[in-house]
Amino acid sequence: MPNRFNINPFATNSPTTPPIDVMNEKKDQTRRPSFTKPNKLASLFGGSPKGRSDWQAAIVAQQQALLNSPSPQQINSSSLSLPTINLTTATGEKMPSEPKTLFQPPTPEEARRLARAHAQFGPLGSQSHRYSSRHTGVEFAEPVEDEPPYYVLLTTYISYLILIVFGHVRDFFGKRLRAAHYQHLAERDGYAPLNSDFDNFYTRRLKMRINDCFSRPTTGVPGRYITLLDRKSDDGNNTFTLQGTTTETLNMSSYNYLGFAQSEGPCADAAEASIKKYGIAMCSPRSEAGTSDLTLEVEDLIANFVRKPAAMVFSMGFVTNATAFPTLVGKGCLMISDELNHSSIRFGARLSGAVVTMFKHNDMKDLERVLREQISQGQPRTHRPWKKILVAVEGLYSMEGTMCNLPALVQLKQKYKYHLFVDEAHSIGALGPQGRGVCDYFGIDPAEIDVLMGTLTKSFGANGGYLAADKHIIDKLRTQNAAMLFAESPAPPVLMQIASSLRVITGDISPGQGEERLQRLAFNSRYLRLGLKRLGFIVYGHDDSPIIPVLLYNPAKMPAFSHEMLRRKISVVVVGYPATPLVSSRARFCVSAAHTKEDLDRMLAACDEIGDVLQLKFSSGVAGGAEPEEWVKDEKSEKPIMPPRWRLEEVLKRGTEDVKNPLM
Amino acid sequence: MDLHELPSTVMRLMNDANAQFHKMPGSAIILRYIKSSYQNDPFRSAIELLLFLFAIRYLLAPKYSTQKTKHVALTEEEIDELVEDWTPEPLVAAPTKLDELENEKRPVIVGPTGPKVKLSNGRTVTNLASYNFYNFLANETLKDKAIATLRTYGVGPCGPPGFYGTQDVHIKTEGDVAAHLGTPACIIYAQSFSTISSVIPSFCKRGDIIVADSSVNFAIRKGIQISRSTVRWYNHNDMEDLERVLQRVTKEQAKKPLTRRFIITEGLFENSGDVVNLPKIIELKLRYKFRLILDETWSYGVLGRTGRGVTESQNVDAREVDMLIGSLCGPLCAAGGFCAGTEEVVEHQRISSASYTYSAALPALLATTASETISMLQEQPEILAGLRENIKSMRAQLDPRSDWVRCTSAVDNPMMILVLKPEVVASKNLNIEDQNQLLQDVVDECVTNSVLITRLKSMPLAIGTNPRDQGWQPQPALKVCVTTGLTKKETEKAGIVIRHAITKVITRRK
Ligand SMILES: Cc1ncc(COP(=O)(O)O)c(C=O)c1O
Repeated sequence: MPNRFNINPFATNSPTTPPIDVMNEKKDQTRRPSFTKPNKLASLFGGSPKGRSDWQAAIVAQQQALLNSPSPQQINSSSLSLPTINLTTATGEKMPSEPKTLFQPPTPEEARRLARAHAQFGPLGSQSHRYSSRHTGVEFAEPVEDEPPYYVLLTTYISYLILIVFGHVRDFFGKRLRAAHYQHLAERDGYAPLNSDFDNFYTRRLKMRINDCFSRPTTGVPGRYITLLDRKSDDGNNTFTLQGTTTETLNMSSYNYLGFAQSEGPCADAAEASIKKYGIAMCSPRSEAGTSDLTLEVEDLIANFVRKPAAMVFSMGFVTNATAFPTLVGKGCLMISDELNHSSIRFGARLSGAVVTMFKHNDMKDLERVLREQISQGQPRTHRPWKKILVAVEGLYSMEGTMCNLPALVQLKQKYKYHLFVDEAHSIGALGPQGRGVCDYFGIDPAEIDVLMGTLTKSFGANGGYLAADKHIIDKLRTQNAAMLFAESPAPPVLMQIASSLRVITGDISPGQGEERLQRLAFNSRYLRLGLKRLGFIVYGHDDSPIIPVLLYNPAKMPAFSHEMLRRKISVVVVGYPATPLVSSRARFCVSAAHTKEDLDRMLAACDEIGDVLQLKFSSGVAGGAEPEEWVKDEKSEKPIMPPRWRLEEVLKRGTEDVKNPLM
Repeated sequence: MDLHELPSTVMRLMNDANAQFHKMPGSAIILRYIKSSYQNDPFRSAIELLLFLFAIRYLLAPKYSTQKTKHVALTEEEIDELVEDWTPEPLVAAPTKLDELENEKRPVIVGPTGPKVKLSNGRTVTNLASYNFYNFLANETLKDKAIATLRTYGVGPCGPPGFYGTQDVHIKTEGDVAAHLGTPACIIYAQSFSTISSVIPSFCKRGDIIVADSSVNFAIRKGIQISRSTVRWYNHNDMEDLERVLQRVTKEQAKKPLTRRFIITEGLFENSGDVVNLPKIIELKLRYKFRLILDETWSYGVLGRTGRGVTESQNVDAREVDMLIGSLCGPLCAAGGFCAGTEEVVEHQRISSASYTYSAALPALLATTASETISMLQEQPEILAGLRENIKSMRAQLDPRSDWVRCTSAVDNPMMILVLKPEVVASKNLNIEDQNQLLQDVVDECVTNSVLITRLKSMPLAIGTNPRDQGWQPQPALKVCVTTGLTKKETEKAGIVIRHAITKVITRRK
């Protein structure tokens, strides 16, 4: 009897088969069909897994052993090639009777499978690498925003100035000397240029220089690692040629918060079964023949998950917002939107025809000022009272790493009677002890919020968006919403990915797995953030946010940072103007449950080196990261705050424990 | 300090300031400028000084908007009172009878979709409501390939295309579509519906001019609305009217700076099923120097020998169309949309088209499915020929035969739009609502007889607008989607059911 290896990296797992009916249906089929033209990669890695029950028993046993063992077993990718100890004999229950050899070397094929699974989702190194984050109950404070020394700001402005001046000089001479290259900017036989000189100056002169940091093509699963296709440009990033080689990098860039980007495991199995049962697409809008029992099932699951009476799903998150606002507000209504709200919210707001005003990002005082002003003044010109006011915020801001101040929003709502719309694109799954988003994190009853929107693209590894609200609201939207009437309905495999990942999170499938994902994400987020603070970086956002923006300021540091990271085989996202204010260019890390502590240590080491080379350690200490002696006595003594510049070894050594305290 | 010391102190200060000023780099230039300008023309210096002071005043002045001028000053207590008194409307209006009916009647398919489906009411029906024209849904090879992709890429790409969401399969699909159409480049969006709404505003800005067909679909309308360009409508498919409008625009704009000008229309119209006259439009667009945005959502994969759309069926080079938008989600049984055009057009969208830049990429398995179905259409044009046979059979049952309805769709369009004949509407005195009700009854009657068809959806009304101002609405119609998943016999039989249902429902009404 073959010994099955734990391809499932979860320490806690159980042998229950997923209770999805399609899963039951295919029980005795073999899992992998024969392809006529097998995909190269798939056939390279695709060993056909045999019966489940025995290896699942092994998993249980392994989990038991792991929990019982005094020092948690460290599994990391470097140990993969070594013989693995088979721990199946550690507990007596349901054990296969054959004698086991310890030190069973894995067959090469199995080792590859295991390596592949771990490249998508790293195994948990230690039980101590878990944490559960929730709002502590004290007043929700704005994160402290550190400021760099003035010379940094000054040089940043000067860099932009130089870039702009050079750009204009080059344009000036280029248009005269190399007219052919500038043809697309000029009038051409009676046609106005497709995009105006002015509008695309930024693209040509600033973005083009760092274009190789964007849109890097990838292949395979965007999990713990992501495989980049190597490319090269010979013409200043105008065009790229693929080199035919690939690089596997640590993925700090995908919105894969809970690590559901996987091509194996319960979700992929369910998605495969759904393709067999339901086919690939629905070929019809929801309102015509695009609603299946699976769609309704997913809607119920989502509603239950976010604790709202009803929900509806869409095939794209962007369109969810773009079509939601026109069904909620219109002429005579006011929409108050956070100034940093996502483009899709602005798109929808503009389509709705309502008057839109903004308030300063996360500034509740400013929101209250706007509310008082607007309610007392009424509509412009006529001064008639507003029909209704809708306040739209995001749960977690994807460029800032800040959470909305939900307690204050709910409190203001009682006084000012507005309707509240929360876009949980990044927070659903990623925040709260149960992953149910900002309401869960703050312990606020979702009934306080009128409409909860979210996307399924991020934490769930699927695609699409949802709206959740009271039943009468959803019922009305179903008849009015343009995406419901005209847009394609979500595809069955995507729906199944949503359903099964939701079930994993709630513990209906593979109990324990969902909890582990949530806790690892919470731990990883805090661990990396604390480490970066201690190393001396300026990081934005709240401590529990899995989005960690590290400030770079200087525009030239964006490509430098990205290249240095790539050299160390780490992919990161860098963003600058116009996605951020001019001075605050940044690198953004997205932490995932799929990362192990070793991955984050690698990340911290890389940041430490690059931070020294590029001079990025600007923090003054006001935002935390102080030496431990300091944060004990800091409260009484008025000692000046020291800028934290920890040594890497210290950061790594103390991180795991200190993560569980407030991140001072 | 005594008073008599004052002049000397002032002098000292002046001297110091003067010295400082001279130390400043560039001060000499300023001084020289002021001196020489004063010498040449003292009056000009005075004006310059005034202008300078005005500029400072302007820059320091608080920003104001027209709104604030009507600001009513109120005390905090008054504001509190107003806040207390204000009662907002509920978030959504109460449901109407029609809403309730619609929610109740919406078909729910149990299990897989296909030419025959089981509905949640237990009935198995012939499905003429899906855009599954070639029944690719039932193709096992496609499923296997989708599964192979799933096992390599997972489901979602977990990020927008700009941030590591571009996968090699997307690049391949873009290449496949471009090669199929014969355009230099192509860009794939994650959803078809959002494509055109986002393409239009990425090119058309405030001040630009759009000339559009009066019966374009909802998504185009929304794109135009977002763009804030100036719109002129021409009568549906009326080339003479189009030319008139183009002439008028050209004349109006003659003295103004040149702006971008676009013609926007559809290949096969979503709301009436008829086909555009592309050669004529190309001729006009070239003559009047407009760019053409052509929405082929309903014609790509349908018209032409290999499904390349209107360009193929009307022998137009696809490169003549500046932006060609199509869908991968209907007949191609995948998901997403695309915009094909020159490199410049495509690359521009990658950073400035909202629903591309700010939304996650298409799941890999749907991209590979699209690639597969596109190559199937190219390699096996008989698939398309088969569909046309079925369209003919269905049409034979309905268009000339029915006394009550007329098919407005083009002959090759598998999506048949059936509207009530004008004489029927007139003789029975039917308003829009009556027609919708009547057609809904037809749909219900068909379902009772095990044929699933749908009704054309009217465009939702923006909140707060008066129904009078709702603008153009399609004529109420039935929508029948033919598929090769049914044999000729089955198609004919379904056609008969539909015809009889129409007759039954309409004759029942006085
Ligand atoms: C706040 C917010 N809303 C909506 C979206 C759009 O979601 P999707 O990528 O599923 O279209 C995003 C994604 O970038 C987002 O950040």
